[in-house]
Amino acid sequence: MADFEVPTIKEDIIVPHINPGVMEGEGPFVARPEHQEALGFPGELVDNWQEAAVAKMGEMLKKYRSLKVFMDSCVKCGACTDKCHYFIGTADPKNMPVGRQDLFRKVYRRYFTIGGKLFPKLVGAEDFTEEVLNDWYNYFHQCSECRRCSVYCPYGIDTAEITMAAREIMASIGKGMKYSNEIIGKVFKIGNNLGLPEPALADTLEGLEEEVEDDTGVAVKYPLDQKGAEILLVTPSADFFAEPHVDGLIGYGKVFHEAGVSWTLSSKASEAANFGLFIGSYENMRRVALRIREAAIDLGVKRLIFGECGHAWRVAYSFLNTLAGPFDFLDQRYPVPQHILEFTLGELKKGTLNIDKSQNDDMTLTFHDSCNVARASRIGPTPGSQFETPRAVIKAVCNNFVDMRPDTIKEGTFCCGGGGGLLTDDLMEVRVKGALPRMTALKEVVEEEGVTHMAAICAICKSQFSKVLPYYGFGMDQIVSVHQLVSNALILKGSEQESEQAEAGA
Amino acid sequence: MSILTGFFAVLYSLAGIVLFGGLAYKIWVFFKTPAPLKIPTTPAPITRAGVAFRLAREVTVFESLFKSNKWLWLFGWMFHLGLFLVLLRHLRYVTEPVWNWVVLIQPFGKYASILMVIGLLGLLTRRLVVDRVKYISAPSDYLMLLLLLGIGMSGMLMTFVATPDIVQLKRFLLGVMMFQWEDFPASAILTIHMLLVALLMIIFPFSKLLHAPGVFFSPTRSQVDNPREKRHVVSWALKLESGDKR
Repeated sequence: MADFEVPTIKEDIIVPHINPGVMEGEGPFVARPEHQEALGFPGELVDNWQEAAVAKMGEMLKKYRSLKVFMDSCVKCGACTDKCHYFIGTADPKNMPVGRQDLFRKVYRRYFTIGGKLFPKLVGAEDFTEEVLNDWYNYFHQCSECRRCSVYCPYGIDTAEITMAAREIMASIGKGMKYSNEIIGKVFKIGNNLGLPEPALADTLEGLEEEVEDDTGVAVKYPLDQKGAEILLVTPSADFFAEPHVDGLIGYGKVFHEAGVSWTLSSKASEAANFGLFIGSYENMRRVALRIREAAIDLGVKRLIFGECGHAWRVAYSFLNTLAGPFDFLDQRYPVPQHILEFTLGELKKGTLNIDKSQNDDMTLTFHDSCNVARASRIGPTPGSQFETPRAVIKAVCNNFVDMRPDTIKEGTFCCGGGGGLLTDDLMEVRVKGALPRMTALKEVVEEEGVTHMAAICAICKSQFSKVLPYYGFGMDQIVSVHQLVSNALILKGSEQESEQAEAGA
Repeated sequence: MSILTGFFAVLYSLAGIVLFGGLAYKIWVFFKTPAPLKIPTTPAPITRAGVAFRLAREVTVFESLFKSNKWLWLFGWMFHLGLFLVLLRHLRYVTEPVWNWVVLIQPFGKYASILMVIGLLGLLTRRLVVDRVKYISAPSDYLMLLLLLGIGMSGMLMTFVATPDIVQLKRFLLGVMMFQWEDFPASAILTIHMLLVALLMIIFPFSKLLHAPGVFFSPTRSQVDNPREKRHVVSWALKLESGDKR
């Protein structure tokens, strides 16, 4: 099945002994000139790349307090060394958060600190050689920017910030990553990561309407570009056809239908994902985010809601106001933007949704906290609501729910292994190995608690798990969308299921 | 006046300038470097007061480190608490009259040195024994621990075994601060102690010891989690907006 050794799940999440160099390699495919140039980067490695990279580093140190403080503050205490899923899965010490950071820090020290200029060997400083650049390209694409290390660092050093800076520097000297850069280009050109043009989108949504009507007898609408709708829903484009994503999208539509609100998708902003985050490019991230502002203005909506997507929610929750705000033209009685789970939980509390939990009785659920949601956002008014809201919704629509072990959920959650722009086939080994801690925790609840399915609220997690679960002996359909569970349990007004319910009740 | 007196007077004048000037400069750089995006590690406080409390927990009980590793936390915390008490105790050598609370903590400050040295030995052992930590250690990481151990142990020798002429030392230190040099009370152990301390003061602003001010400027810990409620834009990012049709 794989041309690498798939880790075996052990009794516990084991911290391995280091195995230097075990994940050395070429890294993912390098972006072609057209992918680079569409994003404003040079097509290929520039001649004076070393000089240019150091200059770019200097510029970024002045623009990002995080980078500057993180470069200076690390004491090499080792608190982070056993916290990265890629280290646990591979044992390569350059996959320890501090090991990864030091690839950057040794160059920083060489060119920007007195100690590193005078005594490079003493303080671990190094010239930015081609070898170092190759290490950068390889290992900064073995980080999913999940921020787990930042939870445990006594100074809050977030390796994600350093990975992003490194990728931005590499892209700016002509060595960008194909997967992310090509996708951002598609967003600019067509509107979404998958390159689905408007007619294809309209067609897909029509298909969903037919499917739901066949299933329930109710004409639930999945509107596109409907001017004057109250709500603009921005969702990852995987929701339009990938499994189990699309079942989530069906669920959003049903919830809106039952809540009696008007809503629409946009063909211009037909993508919640913002890979500008992954490549650390403020400019590109901003350009992607502005589409959403423009779509909201063009369609004249009053509210902005995001579908299930982890990093997209981080960008939406934490950055959208910064990048594309202010959103003073939207209805200020609601959070801008709002998460679909905030909306659904609100409707559940109001009692507008007729829920039959037994519809999900064939499953025992657990929940995978997505890293960007867990460690970079809220889904509700209070700190920690990003953990409570999804669980509250799942428990409201399912009878059987158990959590995985505490050190692998909530703020300590392990990445699925495919985040941060790594969801590409040329990084399969890293993805599979990085999933090991999550798979270990999942196996525990499968065996001990009879868990059959794991729910997630992130398009990348869902895609990654459906690909990676089989490597570890699970079924690819054991990953589900949270709104798929809502959809299963939601009895629509006037539906065949409602009549059956009434008959059974009578 | 001896050569040693002149040497130490000049050294400490310089070390003081480097330490306080260097730190002030670094803090200024941290302060003026913008943080363009809201990146608190969540769950994070949603008010300024909450952030102050979070930072207070980080610097007093090392909350994040506690989550990470209990042994590392124990050694790190012992060392820092010990060092803190020892430093407070040392205030008596540079203040006249000595403040009451400094007098009160004198016995704690003395025995805190034991805490400090045990903590340092624990940290050093960890660095040598745990393969992951050994891998990330540069020579300077060991030397820093040895420097602190040298300071701690030479200090303990003077506290518990061979007390130097501490009254004269105080005259000397006050003299350096007032630019009226007094004799340095020469003793081998005091000379070593004072040399190492001066070295520490000088490298502090140029080394990883910057983690001390750094933690207050770390956006993941010091930012308020309110991006939806309050728009956060820095000046360089605002310039990008000038070309937009909004």
